[in-house]
Amino acid sequence: MESIQADLITVLPELTVLSMAMFILLADLFLKPSNRVLVYVLAQMTLFVAAYFTISTHVPTVGYAFTGMFVDDPLADVLKLMIVLGTAMMFVYTRQYMQLRGMFRGEYYALVLFSVLGMMVMVSGQSMLTIYMGLELLSLCLYSLVALDRDNAKSSEAAMKYFVLGALASGMLLYGMSMIYGMTGSLNIAEIGNVLQESNTKNPVLILGLVFIVAGLAFKFGAVPFQMWVPDVYQGAPTSITMLIGSVPKLAAFAIAIRLLAQGLYPLTADWQDMLLMMAVLSIAIGNLTAIAQTNLKRMLAYSTISHVGFLLFGLMSGSLNGYASSMFYISAYVLMTLAGFGMILMLSRKGFEAENLDDLKGLNQRSPWAAFLMLITMFSMAGVPPTIGFYAKFTVLQAALQAGFLWAVVFAVLMAAVGAFYYLRIVKLMYFDAPQENAMISAPADMKLVLSVNAIALLALGLMPQTLMQICGVAIGASLQ
Amino acid sequence: MIFTDIIFYTLATILLFAAIRVITTRNPVVAALHLVLAFFTAAGIWLLLEAEFLAIALVLVYVGAVMVLFLFVVMMLDINLDKLREGFWDYLPMAGIIGLLMAVEMVMVLGGKFFISAKMPPKPADYSNTAELGRVLYSDYLLPFELASVVLLVAIVAAIVLTLRDRKESKSMNAADQVLVKKADRLRIISMPSEQMPAEPISTRSAEQTNELVNKHVNKETK
Repeated sequence: MESIQADLITVLPELTVLSMAMFILLADLFLKPSNRVLVYVLAQMTLFVAAYFTISTHVPTVGYAFTGMFVDDPLADVLKLMIVLGTAMMFVYTRQYMQLRGMFRGEYYALVLFSVLGMMVMVSGQSMLTIYMGLELLSLCLYSLVALDRDNAKSSEAAMKYFVLGALASGMLLYGMSMIYGMTGSLNIAEIGNVLQESNTKNPVLILGLVFIVAGLAFKFGAVPFQMWVPDVYQGAPTSITMLIGSVPKLAAFAIAIRLLAQGLYPLTADWQDMLLMMAVLSIAIGNLTAIAQTNLKRMLAYSTISHVGFLLFGLMSGSLNGYASSMFYISAYVLMTLAGFGMILMLSRKGFEAENLDDLKGLNQRSPWAAFLMLITMFSMAGVPPTIGFYAKFTVLQAALQAGFLWAVVFAVLMAAVGAFYYLRIVKLMYFDAPQENAMISAPADMKLVLSVNAIALLALGLMPQTLMQICGVAIGASLQ
Repeated sequence: MIFTDIIFYTLATILLFAAIRVITTRNPVVAALHLVLAFFTAAGIWLLLEAEFLAIALVLVYVGAVMVLFLFVVMMLDINLDKLREGFWDYLPMAGIIGLLMAVEMVMVLGGKFFISAKMPPKPADYSNTAELGRVLYSDYLLPFELASVVLLVAIVAAIVLTLRDRKESKSMNAADQVLVKKADRLRIISMPSEQMPAEPISTRSAEQTNELVNKHVNKETK
């Protein structure tokens, strides 16, 4: 009896999100359409309470719950906090967009909260079973959210593609897990590591299982050669959902990559390093080169995501604590940048108009100098121009890869980053040196303007003072992976 | 031992036959029925392995619920299988080569030497794997079990979100919406120049011509 109480206290943030998601589903039935905004307030409160519980139950040591299925370590706490705060920002950005398009319903908030629950479970998964359940919970919510705009043929097509390919990827991940289970006799991450370390033999079945696991992870990240779904889903989904898909789930994907590869299969590091190297180099090349040809902003950001994932993999494949910490820094920077980028698209959109083409940004400086300035910081950060956070993130990741001895890959990545700067700077050129195509007023609620400003300024401020965030990442990784 | 061998091979043959029929038959209803047969024989094989609970669950869940629903769907949809099979022969060589390669690779990796386990000691006769499953499900695997229930809840919510909509032919009225209607919602006033008279005045035609035209028109209509 006592142990279940301790377990329940450990999962307090998850319990909050779960019970509130169900409460919102029910409460929505009894609300008049004019009071619907209450659902939004409830959802935001849920996230802040979950954040509070995450902080209040934080201990700098590793703790387990539910017979070792669930782990509560600093890495999980930090990532959960980021996920919750990122989702809260997303809710602020998307409120008006959803209201104007008739998608401002209780189910939207309930599904997003369920997906947050899935991400939190993934982040804390200490057993392959828990990780898989969290992943399915997240994916199922995302599939249905993409199709939320039911009468839009493009959204439905994107949802269908995402669903079919996602199911395939889940299958691959599960198949890989089953082989690892067959070889080690355990589902527990730590135990798998121990068994592999002791037996110290490499047999082809393990490698085959590893290949399937890496392929499944790569799909969830959107790394080449498993990137086909990314552009279509980014473009087809409603922008608010694209923002969700592009941002916080990457934190959860990063977490399960750390759990499976760095904690569970670390005796096979040399093998997965090679696989990640291939994917990293290809992702950076294809992502950056294809993005140049895009005229749709959402599609361009999709290819930009692919290249960012490539950089993230550089940190992971260096196989050192330093590398993991720099990867974690990169993914947090990426989430902030993505939120700001899509936040700007949402701000420029209005009823019946989607600001999703590059031309829609033309002359933004004349329409709203402040918005143009925020977008400028975001684009500079994505391109990796100092002194923004994007520069520091790329720098640390490549430094870690260099220390691990991947000299040529790093040189190639730097070249490709220079190529990538072209399409980010093209947006800056469109905003500042071209005449505007339209002069509609930019109308956004005050809270959205405020949060978006803080978000973009944070990209600059964290770039100037990256030490705190870097230290948090370093400590979290160091304390969780002994 | 020989008795269980006979049962196993009989069941396995039926299973393989049913599985092949599922993908080769032209009639979707027949295919679904063969899938039911495949599940049933698979359940029999599981019984041989002393996994009673799984065997019963397979019959109850898959045969009893899933496949019956599936049959309904197949019977209600008008699927043209010939259209689905279009291009089958064009893709066959490529698909065959890839499939064969994958099969060979899998056999090379998984073949024989890694998956030989020591023979499990036989369980006593009163051993119940249902009770055993229940015990671990609600103790060791409590968290994944509860998470599975959340996944199912999300599946229900998602399905309703995506399909529930007001019926188009529904004649029910929303009084609040009706009161809120403005003139502009219903009536559109457009300004346009007045219509010109036809260039050729009708009076130039003779009375007979006009009569003829009218008759022609009337005839056409009556036809």
